[in-house]
Amino acid sequence: MEEAINQLEAALLSVDSISSEEILNKHRNIPPIELIEQLVMPVLDRIGSGWEKGTVALSQVYMSGKFIEEWVDTILPSGDPNRKYQPKLAIAVLEDYHMLGKRIVYSVLRASSFDLKDYGHISVRELVTKVKEDKIEVLLISTLMLPSALKVRELKDELIKTNSKVKIIVGGAPFRFDDKLWNEVGADAMALDAYDSINIIEKIMEEKK
Amino acid sequence: MTTKTTSLERVLTTLGFKEPDRVPLFLLLSMHGAKELDLSIEDYFSKAENVVEGQLRLRKKYRNDCIYTFFYASIEVEAMGGEVIYTSDGPPNAGKPIIENRKQIESITSISIKDSSCLNKVLKATKLLKDKVGNDVPIIGVAMSPFSIPVMQLGFSSYIDLMYDDPILFNKLISINETFCVEWANAQLEAGATAICYFDPISSSTIIPRDKFLETGYEIGKRTIAQINGPVALHLASGISLPIADELTNMGAAVLGVSCDEDLGKLKNKYYNKINLLGNLNGIEMRRWTVNEAESKVKEAIKKAAPGGGFILSDNHGEIPYQVTDEVLMAISKAVHKWGTYPISL
Repeated sequence: MEEAINQLEAALLSVDSISSEEILNKHRNIPPIELIEQLVMPVLDRIGSGWEKGTVALSQVYMSGKFIEEWVDTILPSGDPNRKYQPKLAIAVLEDYHMLGKRIVYSVLRASSFDLKDYGHISVRELVTKVKEDKIEVLLISTLMLPSALKVRELKDELIKTNSKVKIIVGGAPFRFDDKLWNEVGADAMALDAYDSINIIEKIMEEKK
Repeated sequence: MTTKTTSLERVLTTLGFKEPDRVPLFLLLSMHGAKELDLSIEDYFSKAENVVEGQLRLRKKYRNDCIYTFFYASIEVEAMGGEVIYTSDGPPNAGKPIIENRKQIESITSISIKDSSCLNKVLKATKLLKDKVGNDVPIIGVAMSPFSIPVMQLGFSSYIDLMYDDPILFNKLISINETFCVEWANAQLEAGATAICYFDPISSSTIIPRDKFLETGYEIGKRTIAQINGPVALHLASGISLPIADELTNMGAAVLGVSCDEDLGKLKNKYYNKINLLGNLNGIEMRRWTVNEAESKVKEAIKKAAPGGGFILSDNHGEIPYQVTDEVLMAISKAVHKWGTYPISL
C-alpha cells in the first residue's frame, strides 16, 4: 500500500484527477472503510503535514480534499451506515464570507468517512439556535479574519447560557498566528489543519466512550 | 547647522542597501485613525478628511516614517459593485462575491475610476495628505494584484477552481483586473502617492505551489508592475516567499513584504542587495503583547535584518489589527528609536 500512498499523494498534489482516480480505482476490491483508512487517510494526513511544514500550498490541500471527497462519496454515500460512528458534527464560519478553510475541512472530514452539517456563513445567534436544534456535539469553526476568530468568545458565552455541552474546535489563520488565541476565546481545541481536526474529533469520541 | 533626516530620506537610504540614521518604521495603521478621531470605523472611512486627519495624528503620535492611504482591502470590489460589511472592530469586509457564476466573466468590463465615489475618496485623501507632508514623508498607496483580487470577486474556493479548470475565463478576468490595477495604482501616484503596495497574497507559496505561481502570479505581476509609474512594494500579506525567492526579486518591485512564518535572518541573507524587506512583526500576536514583549520582538527583528540597510520595520500582514493597543504601538515605536539607530549594536 505504501507505493499506492506515494502515487496518490503525488497525483493529488499535481492536481491530476485522472491519475488519482486510476490509483483509487485499482483498489476498489478493498471494502470502503478499510480503503479509506489504509489509503485515503494516510495520504490526507501527509498532505496536511506538508501544509503545516510549508511544503504544500493551500490550493493543493483544497483541490485534493475536494477530489477525494467526491470520490469517497461514490463508494460511501452520505448517510451510508458504514460511515464512521461519530458525534453529531457541524462546521461554520462566523460572520465572514471567507469560506475556503471551511470547505477544506468539510471535504477532508467527509473524505475520511465522517458526516457533518455545513452551516456556512452564520451569525452567533443563529448558530447557537442551530447547535441546540440539531443537538450538535462537536462544532468546528473556521476563520480567516481576526474579528471572526474573536467572535468565538461570544459564541462560547452564548452556548454556556443554553447549558450546551458542545465541544468547539477552531482553526484558521488567526489561530495559527497566535497559538494562545484558541484558549483565550474559550474553544476546546485548535486544529492546525483539516486532518488534525480528525485527530481531535477522534480524541473527543474516545473521551465520550 | 545640521539638518534633520526626513522620513523619505531615511527610507531612500535604506532602499539603496545603505544604513540611514535609524531603521525606518512603517506602522501600517488603517483603522486606528478611527480611534484617534473617536469615530466608528464606518464613519471614519466615510470621508477623505477623516483619513487625512487620522493619518497625520498617527504619524505624529508614533513617529511613523510613512503615511498609509490604505482604506480597506474590499474598497476595490466595492468600486466594482460589491457589498462591504462594516464591523465595530475590524476591517470592512467584502460581502457576497460579485461574480456568482463564472459565465459572468464573459461579459465583465473594467470600471471607471473617475466615476467611483469610494476610490475618489482615496484619491482625495492622497492629494490632501501630499499637500500636508510634501516630500518629507513617503505616502504609500495600495493596489490589489489582478491575481489576488478575484478572491473577493468570486470567493476563494471558486477562484481556485477557476484557476485550475478554466484558463480562458481565468485569463479574461485577469486581463480586466490588470487594466484596473494599473489605472488604479497610477491614479494614486498622480494624486501624490510616493509608492504603491501591490498586495498579492495568492502568489505566495502559502497559497499556491511554485509551478502554479510561475505560470500565473509571476507573469501577471511582472506585466502589471512594469506598467505602474512608480516604485512598488510587493506584499504577500503573511504568506511565505522563500520557495519563490528568485522570481520575486525579478518582478520589478523594490520592496518585499515578508511573513513572520519565515525567519527574518534567513530572509535577509537571501534577499540582501536584491530586494528590500518590509516586515515582519506578527500582527495577530501583537494584540496581546506586553510592552516588554513588543520591545523584545523589535530588537530581535532589528538584530536580524537591519545591518547594512535594506530593511523597513513593519508588521507582516500590511494592516495592523484594530485590537492592537496604543501602548503596544508606542512600545514598538520607542524600541525602534532606541535600538534601531545605526550602527546597530545588538
